[in-house]
Amino acid sequence: MEVANETLKAPATQEKAVELTGSAALLEALIIEGVDTIFGYPGGAIMPIYDALYDYKEKLNHILVRHEQGGIHAGQGYARTSGKVGVVFATSGPGATNLVTGLADAQIDSTPLVCITGQVFAHLLGTDAFQETDVINITTPVTKWNYQVTDATEIPEVIAKAFYIAKSGRPGPVLIDITKNAQIQKFDYKGYVQCDHIRSYRPKPIVRQQYVQEAAALINQAKKPFILWGQGVILGSAEQEFKAFVEKSGIPSAWTILGAGAIPTDHPLNVGMLGMHGNYGPNVLTNDCDVLIAIGMRFDDRVTGRLDKYAKQAKVIHLDIDPAEIDKNVKSTVPVWGDCKETLPALTALVDKKEHTEWLKLFNEYTQKEVDAVIHDELNPTSGEMTMGEVIKQLNELTNGDAVIVSDVGQHQMVACRYAKLNKTRSNVTSGGLGTMGFALPAAIGAKFGAQDRDVVAIIGDGGFQMTLQELGTIMQTGINVKIIILNNRFLGMVRQWQELFNDRRYSFVDIQSPDFVMVAKGYGIEGKCINEREELVDALKTMMNHNGSYLLEVMVTKENNVFPMVPQGCSVSEIRLK
Amino acid sequence: MENLKIQNNKVLPAGEDLGGADKQEFNITVYTENQIGLLNRIAIIFTRRKINIDSLNTSPSEIDSIHRFNIVITESEEVVRKVCRQIEKQVEVLKVYYHTNADVIWQEMALYKVSTDVIAEQVSVERLLRENGARVVVLRKDYTVFETTGHREETDALINILQPYGLIEFVRSARVAIIKDSDGFNSKLREFERLEPGEDVIENEYLNQGQKVFTM
Repeated sequence: MEVANETLKAPATQEKAVELTGSAALLEALIIEGVDTIFGYPGGAIMPIYDALYDYKEKLNHILVRHEQGGIHAGQGYARTSGKVGVVFATSGPGATNLVTGLADAQIDSTPLVCITGQVFAHLLGTDAFQETDVINITTPVTKWNYQVTDATEIPEVIAKAFYIAKSGRPGPVLIDITKNAQIQKFDYKGYVQCDHIRSYRPKPIVRQQYVQEAAALINQAKKPFILWGQGVILGSAEQEFKAFVEKSGIPSAWTILGAGAIPTDHPLNVGMLGMHGNYGPNVLTNDCDVLIAIGMRFDDRVTGRLDKYAKQAKVIHLDIDPAEIDKNVKSTVPVWGDCKETLPALTALVDKKEHTEWLKLFNEYTQKEVDAVIHDELNPTSGEMTMGEVIKQLNELTNGDAVIVSDVGQHQMVACRYAKLNKTRSNVTSGGLGTMGFALPAAIGAKFGAQDRDVVAIIGDGGFQMTLQELGTIMQTGINVKIIILNNRFLGMVRQWQELFNDRRYSFVDIQSPDFVMVAKGYGIEGKCINEREELVDALKTMMNHNGSYLLEVMVTKENNVFPMVPQGCSVSEIRLK
Repeated sequence: MENLKIQNNKVLPAGEDLGGADKQEFNITVYTENQIGLLNRIAIIFTRRKINIDSLNTSPSEIDSIHRFNIVITESEEVVRKVCRQIEKQVEVLKVYYHTNADVIWQEMALYKVSTDVIAEQVSVERLLRENGARVVVLRKDYTVFETTGHREETDALINILQPYGLIEFVRSARVAIIKDSDGFNSKLREFERLEPGEDVIENEYLNQGQKVFTM
């Protein structure tokens, strides 16, 4: 399109206005924002945007998904591996409502997204027009910001705000609903100016030196300090700053599942995973430490267990960019609000260089207890059916910890998070806060588009895979290379585990049948194999990793295995069970 | 009520005694941009926790383009603080404050429509106006409209007085409240209006741990 090319060459702000449609202005905006990939699905109310997209095919890679939920999860996967804003298109009505799960997931996991939905003509709003739904009100609780555009002249400014809000401060999803008339409307496009401030919006509080000093003083006096880190470290691109802080202070550090990988799995001060199915030491010793330093994490109930028995003996230092997180669940002694990219170096400068040898040894002793009671048998079974853990262990051998691991939700997710080796940041993509089954397959597609030079391995249960398996069609059509491991225990395993432990084995509707997944994959032109025997595992994983293109490996694992350790709901973290 | 308590306990650090006994009326003041949909965005922060909004007033502030919400809820301070922070986090919200009833001067306005015939015949209007601080807004052959302003008990009292004389219609406004310790509010808002957004001066005042009103 002539107009498009002309404006692309022009500077972002130009003296001379060019006549553009709202749709073209939107796509111009995306290009200036550095968008290269869009996940979407067309429909009536967004047709003008798709018509304009036809002329931008060279510049914007649009991935046609098979369902809008798949589109938004792909956008999330893309954002998580690339660190950029994920962009999703959907039409009005059902297209828009299909985004809701992904929006809720992105909101609770702070994933930057800009979703564009088509909407009926402005004059039809409120008339129950075909495919009209009140998407703004439906999505208000699950977006960081949303806005309805009814006039094309608003588009450049609104899109600029959308990107700024999505990626700044604590990131989150933004939805822009554009009525069809605004998409078609021509207006004098005067260029696009990126947004760098909004009067009423303060993305991050400025760092208060006083609190940094108080925090450092507490840390320097501590005998048994303990660091908990979350995704904030990754979202703030503060991995180096974090590593420097950990290494100088010598403090044992444990991670939430969304924080995994910010420092490598085998870092000597990385003592493991927090939470309900986290490691033994980090859970028990939370109630033994004297200073608890929480960095970019929000004390989710799956991490804290019973709150009134959580770290009551400890002074709590909470570093977070979002003031609403301070004191929300756990009272802090010193709230160090701010971007951890700024607070961590300030803190590092003030803490003493130390080695907490005895204290670290205690963590290692707990690790050994956990290895003896749980991990060894999970990773090295010699008889019986395969375990989920041994699959992850063998996978680690092949990826060497360099792959992106995308997991779905349930037992396999906990096993993958516990045992996957991660050398790099932005390597663990999973649905944390919302626990969205069906997340992994589409998220893996997006993750691959966001990190094309990396191997992406999706680890999915037999239940979750059946929620979004239509996205195999997206893999087929794009030819993207995603490795899929289905850990099939023929059960909705996590619910079954709870029913076994807490409901007297009353297995209520957890016995799930599956189709022949390999044949399903074949139907989409994707190679695959199903294995039953331990002897086949290593070769099958090698075949999968070496295969040129996507590959589905179904591993039949033991049916009634439980994920341990476990902090039962309503119990304190120190009441964690090894069996 | 039981559900409400349980729900609130969930979001609070358990072990801190913040049950129903600590609940009281809080006046939440929110300064916002004038934006479609913002009312809903704020309201759902309460409804999400199953908190009833007892009174809600929203109107333009003294500054062009900035709106002021006055919201009254009955809750513990712990919950109110969390709710306020979640409101302040919304992109189009400038500032949020909360105060107990003791911290504010508040008023509600009420209008009462009665039959002129009955009221003229049977009531000592002069005394009624004087004792209730009321005034006549409209006086017609067929009906009269009184107005009074005050606390809930005061506007209620006049209902009770007029009820026997054929009260035709009654309406009461939401609460508006002026904060006792609000030195500098207006100039702060002017700063918002004047300053390029994102200036940090204002921002951290809200996070300060001092005693003044700009604290949360």
